[in-house]
Amino acid sequence: MNAPATLRDRATGPATKACTVNPLKMSQPLGAALAFLGIAGSMPVFHGSQGCTAFGLVLFVRHFRESIPLQTTAMNEVTTILGGGENIEKALLNIHKRAKPAFIGIASTGLTETKGDDVAGDLRLIKDAHPELDMPIVYVSTPDYQGAFQDGWAKAVTAIIESMVTPAATVKGQVTILPGCHVTPGDVIELRDIVTAFGLSPIILPDLSGSLDGHVPGDFSPTSLGGTTQAEIARIGASEFAFAIGEQMRPAARALAERTGVPTRIFSSLTGLGAADDLFASLSALSGRPVPDKYRRERSQLVDAMLDAHFFFGGKRVAIGAEPDLLWALGAWCKDMGCEIAAAITTTESPVLVRLVADGVRLGDLEDLEVQAAGCDLLITHSHGRQAAQRLGIPFLRMGPPIFDRLGAAHRVIVGYKGTRDLVFEVGNIFLAHGHELRPDGEGPDVREEHGQGSPVGERACASPGHPDIPPGRLESP
Amino acid sequence: MDGLANTVQQVFNEPACGKNQGKSDKERKKGCTKALQPGAAAGGCAFDGAKIALQPITDVAHLVHGPIACEGNSWDNRGAKSSGPLLYRTGFTTDINETDVVFGGEKRLFRAIKEILAKYDPPAVFVYQTCVTALIGDDIEALCKAASARFGRPVIPVNAPGFVGSKNLGNKLAGEALLEYVIGTQEPEYTTPYDINIIGEYNLAGELWQVKPLLAELGIRVLACISGDARYREVASAHRARAAMMVCSKAMINVARKMEERYAIPFFEGSFYGVSDMSEALREIARLLIARGAPADLAERAEALIAREEARAWTRLDAYRPRLKGKRALLITGGVKSWSVVAALQEIGVEIVGTSVKKSTKEDKERIKKIMGDEAHMIEDMTPREMYKLLKDARADIMLSGGRSQFVALKAKVPWLDINQERHHAYAGYDGMVALVGEIDKALYNPIWAQVRRPAPWDTETVS
Ligand code: SF4
Repeated sequence: MNAPATLRDRATGPATKACTVNPLKMSQPLGAALAFLGIAGSMPVFHGSQGCTAFGLVLFVRHFRESIPLQTTAMNEVTTILGGGENIEKALLNIHKRAKPAFIGIASTGLTETKGDDVAGDLRLIKDAHPELDMPIVYVSTPDYQGAFQDGWAKAVTAIIESMVTPAATVKGQVTILPGCHVTPGDVIELRDIVTAFGLSPIILPDLSGSLDGHVPGDFSPTSLGGTTQAEIARIGASEFAFAIGEQMRPAARALAERTGVPTRIFSSLTGLGAADDLFASLSALSGRPVPDKYRRERSQLVDAMLDAHFFFGGKRVAIGAEPDLLWALGAWCKDMGCEIAAAITTTESPVLVRLVADGVRLGDLEDLEVQAAGCDLLITHSHGRQAAQRLGIPFLRMGPPIFDRLGAAHRVIVGYKGTRDLVFEVGNIFLAHGHELRPDGEGPDVREEHGQGSPVGERACASPGHPDIPPGRLESP
Repeated sequence: MDGLANTVQQVFNEPACGKNQGKSDKERKKGCTKALQPGAAAGGCAFDGAKIALQPITDVAHLVHGPIACEGNSWDNRGAKSSGPLLYRTGFTTDINETDVVFGGEKRLFRAIKEILAKYDPPAVFVYQTCVTALIGDDIEALCKAASARFGRPVIPVNAPGFVGSKNLGNKLAGEALLEYVIGTQEPEYTTPYDINIIGEYNLAGELWQVKPLLAELGIRVLACISGDARYREVASAHRARAAMMVCSKAMINVARKMEERYAIPFFEGSFYGVSDMSEALREIARLLIARGAPADLAERAEALIAREEARAWTRLDAYRPRLKGKRALLITGGVKSWSVVAALQEIGVEIVGTSVKKSTKEDKERIKKIMGDEAHMIEDMTPREMYKLLKDARADIMLSGGRSQFVALKAKVPWLDINQERHHAYAGYDGMVALVGEIDKALYNPIWAQVRRPAPWDTETVS
């Protein structure tokens, strides 16, 4: 929360509205739970009343289309008043008995935070009394009435590092990757491939690619399947280098650097030519190896894609509603492609947003986004935005959880050259499909107005799907 | 004892609840909510239940007073359909912050109500209490009263914070809110001897619309459905109905019973699932209406309709019989669906290897016993691991359940069908039964099963 003042200055949403309409935001404990799901053999637990857990479960199940292990301390009116120590104890013993997890992550909720339980103290007593609870138990404080999803994720990762990572002698070629919550399991798989291609061996914390990448295991497991193992967490201190993805991961990266002395770097985004170049150049420098041919080829394909596609992006007005780091990744990329960010709504404060060139980034909801998105060429937000897009009659791209009305959300890849290339095509095709063609009845100027930009009518005609002129520049690309 | 505790007590004492009648005084005091097992519970909360019960009232604004958790994590996730207004699909929440927690959230709530009325002009606002705002002592009853007076529009408090209990309790508390603040506050434009209420039907996937045309054919008007595809006005004037049907187990039994008490509206309990249950429901509705003064020929007309529809349904179902006969189904659901779906499936020769009765009342269980002949297949509680094993061992050909356990089946490579809230197909009425059987057939006979069960060419050892 380094720059609240800056963002507030630009924010006009929450200060004037008492009622959030069509929430964009999801709560902190949910983000923490997702991070815990990226640990092998894990059982995340909400310290709160059971409804919060049920909602979280349903939300993740709809997004990932997977079974989700998630438990609750099942606080009720009475136990809340008395304090939740006993419920935590019961929950831990029950979970141990039923699911035998290798790791337990506990996130508090609004209810228990309002009461002010001393969970850390309770946990010490419980562990002393029950030596059988010999798995790591990580607790993180995540009141629902503060922050948002990505804050919970970041706090959970930081808590894991602070309680489980220790310094160790450096192992050459070992890299730690700390992905933000906007990095999909598909993105993680892509990243691992990239890093491995440089002869480096990555440890990813947390690793949703093992647990939520949609595969069919041979047997049933009541805990998370795959994810970062404890052996891996124990080796994190030995990494030669660590990098984090997303500004949200700065505190986690800092904690890691402070505890282990491992040099860390933050990539605020890995989407877009420049962002990907940055990643590949860093990996090359670190490993002392040239960028593999495969990726040189992919870069060239991305450049070509950008050349082919830029006609359809130039001057397009895009409205985005997303958590700060995803908003930054998508917004900066849209700008790279020549779009204008006509509306940018986010959920929580983040210093990265000060850098986003837009009319103003607001903390707000989908109602705010809908108002500002009128007349835009594209709306980007999670599945809840579909109603707004429909009302506005503009194309809609689903990005960020929850995506519950499309398949394959976990496999979406937008990082690196290939990920960016696919995104260029996906969005370019949306623009292509919704392009306006000139009509003989003199509607031309209206079309221009509708797009709210100064591009000459002639240019538009040239770029319309009916006239796929190939400009000379394209032929010169490598 | 404050108001909420009182209401909860009262709801627990529901005399029309079969489960309650079997209990001692002391047990009854403890209420229906089984003490939840920390670390082994996964159901929704009372707030969830209240919202499920009332959200299908389509033209009002549903405002959730609490931090983002309650509404932000859950809105827009149910398929209750509307034939008109869409305001119920808009998520409203006060999204309280830390300052509100310290200083109280009432001011924000009041302003939120004002904003909603100014921007969306609904006939009423429903305000839902949640855990945190209850704990900090926000008095939504008093506030809603003040807001109603100030803005001249009904503002209805729904006092069912999550931590008071289960989803089912929340359903009932929602019912209490309607009884206390809504039902009986307006008059219908006109009444007929054929006016009924349907209680506990939420029009998921549009199921009400599979029933309404049949009723309409008999001249029966649904004065109010509580709450599927309802308008505020309909619910407010529901007290003028002649009879009522109570659907979906005990979720809103308190509404049905108290309306009988207060307005002398007799009710019966029925189901729209399955051919014979549907026919039974039509018969009962006709019978009750006649008892309340409707012309006696209604019964004959109902019989004629039943005969026609049953014949039509059976002709269509018979096509599936050879394909489904002897197939074994595992049913993991709760309450009313257990027995009505069991009956429905048995009608076409599907064998039930087991049905969960975790959420069923004693009466429900009795019914299942009657239908299935014995108790052997009643499953009290089954862990996902046991479910997986049962399916993996091929003891069932298909699993029918709610969305949350779907992956237990799918990962065991066993066909699965959603019969809970999130389903996209409507299974009510005669057409619904045909649709359900059609879906089961589609699921069972999809060619992917043979493919996905085949081991990879390099895994010669594996047999699935
Ligand atoms: S348990 Fe309480 S805090 Fe959690 S979702 Fe239900 S009402 Fe909200």
